[in-house]
Amino acid sequence: MPAPIRLRELIRTIRTARTQAEEREMIQKECAAIRSSFREEDNTYRCRNVAKLLYMHMLGYPAHFGQLECLKLIASQKFTDKRIGYLGAMLLLDERQDVHLLMTNCIKNDLNHSTQYVQGLALCTLGCMGSSEMCRDLAGEVEKLLKTSNSYLRKKVTLCAVHVIRKVPELMEMFLPATKNLLSEKNHGVLHTSVVLLTEMCERSPDMLSHFRKLVPQLVRILKNLIMSGYSPEHDVSGISDPFLQVRILRLLRILGRSDDDSSEAMNDILAQVATNTETSKNVGNAILYETVLTIMDIKSESGLRVLAINILGRFLLNNDKNIRYVALTSLLKTVQTDHNAVQRHRSTIVDCLKDLDVSIKRRAMELSFALVNGNNIRGMMKELLYFLDSCDPEFKADCASGVFLAAEKYAPSKRWHIDTIMRVLTTAGSYVRDDSVPNLIQLITNSVEMHAYTVQRLYKALLDDISQQPLVQVSSWCIGEYGDLLVSGQCEEEEPIQVTEDEVLDVLEGLLVSNLSTPVTRGYALTAIMKLSTRFSSVNRIKKVVSIYGSSIDVELQQRAVEYNALFKKYDHMRPALLERMPIMEKTATNGPTEIVQTNGETEPSVLDTKHPPPVTQPANQVRANDLLDLLGGNDVVPVIQTTLPTKPASAGGELLDLLGDLSLTGIPPMTAYNKNGLKIEFTFERANPNPNIAVITIHASNSTEADMTDFVFQAAVPKVSRHSLELILKCLIMKHSRVNSLFNQNCATVF
Amino acid sequence: MNKIRFILIQNRAGKTRLAKWYMQFDDDEKQKLIEEVHAVVTVRDAKHTNFVESDEVFRNFKIIYRRYAGLYFCICVDVTDNNLAYLEGIHNFVEVLNEYFHNVCELDLVFNFYKVYTVVDEMFLAGEIRETSQTKVLKQLLMLQSLE
Repeated sequence: MPAPIRLRELIRTIRTARTQAEEREMIQKECAAIRSSFREEDNTYRCRNVAKLLYMHMLGYPAHFGQLECLKLIASQKFTDKRIGYLGAMLLLDERQDVHLLMTNCIKNDLNHSTQYVQGLALCTLGCMGSSEMCRDLAGEVEKLLKTSNSYLRKKVTLCAVHVIRKVPELMEMFLPATKNLLSEKNHGVLHTSVVLLTEMCERSPDMLSHFRKLVPQLVRILKNLIMSGYSPEHDVSGISDPFLQVRILRLLRILGRSDDDSSEAMNDILAQVATNTETSKNVGNAILYETVLTIMDIKSESGLRVLAINILGRFLLNNDKNIRYVALTSLLKTVQTDHNAVQRHRSTIVDCLKDLDVSIKRRAMELSFALVNGNNIRGMMKELLYFLDSCDPEFKADCASGVFLAAEKYAPSKRWHIDTIMRVLTTAGSYVRDDSVPNLIQLITNSVEMHAYTVQRLYKALLDDISQQPLVQVSSWCIGEYGDLLVSGQCEEEEPIQVTEDEVLDVLEGLLVSNLSTPVTRGYALTAIMKLSTRFSSVNRIKKVVSIYGSSIDVELQQRAVEYNALFKKYDHMRPALLERMPIMEKTATNGPTEIVQTNGETEPSVLDTKHPPPVTQPANQVRANDLLDLLGGNDVVPVIQTTLPTKPASAGGELLDLLGDLSLTGIPPMTAYNKNGLKIEFTFERANPNPNIAVITIHASNSTEADMTDFVFQAAVPKVSRHSLELILKCLIMKHSRVNSLFNQNCATVF
Repeated sequence: MNKIRFILIQNRAGKTRLAKWYMQFDDDEKQKLIEEVHAVVTVRDAKHTNFVESDEVFRNFKIIYRRYAGLYFCICVDVTDNNLAYLEGIHNFVEVLNEYFHNVCELDLVFNFYKVYTVVDEMFLAGEIRETSQTKVLKQLLMLQSLE
C-alpha cells in the first residue's frame, strides 16, 4: 500500500474542486483510503491520516470512525502523535460518547509526564472538554499540579481547576488549600488565572465568598501596582499594563464587595483612582473604565463614586466609537431606576442617540428615553420621541407608540396636549398601535369631557384623509358615534369649527362599512356608530335603511348587530334614546397598557353594553348574589362589602335583550366560593387595588347562617412561596350569628391575574 | 457563569476556518450556531456595533466579533461579560496569529489548521483567557514547534 498522501497535498487537492459534488467525491475517496490504512494498524502514518481526517471534519464531513485512532495517538510516545491525538479528541469526541472515558487513563499518565508540554496538552484537553466523570477521576491529579512552581503549567492547571469546579461543583472544597497563596504570584499570567479561579469559587459558593473577602486589600494593592508601575513591555497593550488582569481583578472586587459594606469601603479609593487615571483614547482604556463602572454600580459605593460612574457613562455616550456608546446605553438602562437623577443629567445626549445609525443603539436610546420622561421634561421629550416615531423602522413603532401613550397618560400637562399627542401617534403610526390601546384611548377621550368637540372634529378630519389605519379608524368612528351631534353643530372652542352636515358624516361612516381597507372589527364599530347617531341626528330614515341592509350581511357579527338594531327600531323604539344615550365617564382600573380591560367576546368596544355602565372594578353579578344571600338570612350586615360606585343594573325590560351579554364582567377573575359547610360560607372576590394596580385585593367574605355564634374563628392562608402577601387584618374573630365578616388580603398581582 | 462558549473564525462565504467549543453542543446544534452566527455577522457593516445581542437568536449569550480582511473572528460570551474587554482579547489573538505566521492570511489558517488550534489553546483554556502576553505566547509556540 503506497504511503498515504500528505496533509498539504490533500488540502491542495480538495481546494481545486470546482463543485460541491467534486469535493465530496474526493473526500470519499480519501476517507476510504484512510479507513483501510487504519485497518492495517499502521503506526507511522496514523498521525498523518488523523490530521487529514480532522481537516475533512472541519469542512463538515463525518469523521467518527477516527475516534479510536485518536485514542491510539494519545497513547503513543511521540509528541507529534500526542498532539494530533489530543486535538482529534477535542474535535471529535465529547461527553456523550462513552469512548471518551478511555482517554482518562492516558490523560492521567500524561499529567505526570516528565515533559511540561505533554502535561500541557493533557491539561488543555481536560480543561476544554473533560466530562464530569473524567473530572471526578482526575481532580486529584489536578490538585496536585496546582502546587507546581512551573508557571507555564500553573496557568493551565488553574484554568483546568476552574473547569473541574464548573463540571463538578462538589469538588470545590478540594482546591481550597491550594488557594492559600494564589495572589502572591509575580507572574502576570499565573496571577490572571488565579484571579479567575478565585472568581469562579466566589461566584459558586457564599462560604467561599466570605472566606475570600480578606483578600480585598491584597487585590487592591495589586491593582494599584498595575496602574502606578511604569511601562511593562510584556503585558502592555497600547500603553496600559495588563488590561486583562485589571479587568479581572475589578470583576473579582465586584463580587467581593457586593452587599458587604466593609469591603466596598476598602475598594472605594482604588476605584476612584482607576476611574480618573485611565487613558480613554483607545478601546483598551475604555474597557477598563467600563468594568470599573460596573463594579461601582454593583457594590455599596458612596454616592460621590456613583455619580462619577454615571458621568463616565455619560462621557462614553459622546464617544465616536459606537461600541462604547452602545455599552454605555446598556449600563445606563440598568441604573436608571436607582440613580435616576444622575442619569437625567445626560438626557440630551441620550436623546441624540435616537438618531444613531445602529439599530441596537436606537432601541436602547428609546427605552432609556422613556425611562427618563417625567413631568418636567414631558413636552420636550415628547417632541423628540414623536419625531423618532415618524422616522424609525417599523420594528420600533409598536413599542414606541405604546411608550408614548404611557408617558402621555402619566405626565400630560393638559388634556388638549394629551389628545393632540394621541392624534399624532394615531396618524403617523396608526397601523402599528397595539389593539388594546383602542379601548384605552376611548376611555381617555370620554373622560376629557370639555374636549369632546375638539376631539371628534380632529378625528373626523383625520378620517377624511386616510382610512387605512385601523386603530385610528376605530377610535374615530366610536367618537363620531358618540359625539356626532357636537360635530355637526360646530361647537368646537379650541379651534376653528368645521362645517359638516349629517349626511356627510353618514357618508364617511358608510364608506368605512364598504371599504376593503376596513377589518371586520372596524366595520362593527362603524355600524354601531351609525346606530348611535340615530338619536343624535335627524336623518333617522337613512340610518334605518343602512341598518336593515346589513341585516343580511355575510359577516355574522355585522349581521347580528344589524338585526338587533333593527329590532330596536321596530319593537323597542321607545327605549332607543335611553339605550343609545351618551356614555358616562368610565373609571380606569390600571394605568398600565396591555392587561387593562379584558376583552369580551374578542370585541373591545363597549357600545352594546352601553346601559350596563360597566364598572371596571368588581363583580356586578356577585354583588347581586351577595345581597340575595343576605336577604335569605334576614340578618344584619355587620361590615359592608368593599367598593364602590356600583349603579344597579337597569331592571327595565331592555335587560332581556342584552342579557346574553349581561354577566360579562370586566374583571379578570370571577368570584369563587371557597367553603360552604355547616352554615359557614367563605367566598373570595378579586379586584385591583385603586392606588396601586399591581396589587390584587382579595376580599374574604365569611358568613354564618346558623342560629349560633361561631367563636374562635381562625383563618389561615397558605400561599406558594413565590407570592408575597400581607394579611391586613387578623382573622381571628368572633362571627356573630347571621353575620358576615370581611377581611382584606393583598396579593401581588402577577400571580393572580 | 462568565465564560466563552465558543470561538469561531469564518470567512465571508461561511466556511469555518476554526471552531473551538467550550461547551457541550450536539453536532446539529453546532452547525446551526455556525450558520446563525454567519447570517447575523455578515449583514453588519461599519455603522453597526461589534456586538450582537439578540434574544430571539442567542438566548442568553452574545457575540463579540470583528472583521479582519475576509475573516470574521467571533467570540460567544455570556450577556454579563465585558464587551470591550473581549474585543481586546480578539485583537490580541489576531496579533499573535499575525506574528506567528508572519503576516497571516486565510490560506495560512487553512493549511496549518492544527497550528491555529495550538495558538488558541495557548491563549484560551476552559473558556477563559489564559495568557495575554504576546511575547510569552510566541515563545511557547516556537518551543512547541521545535518538538515536531
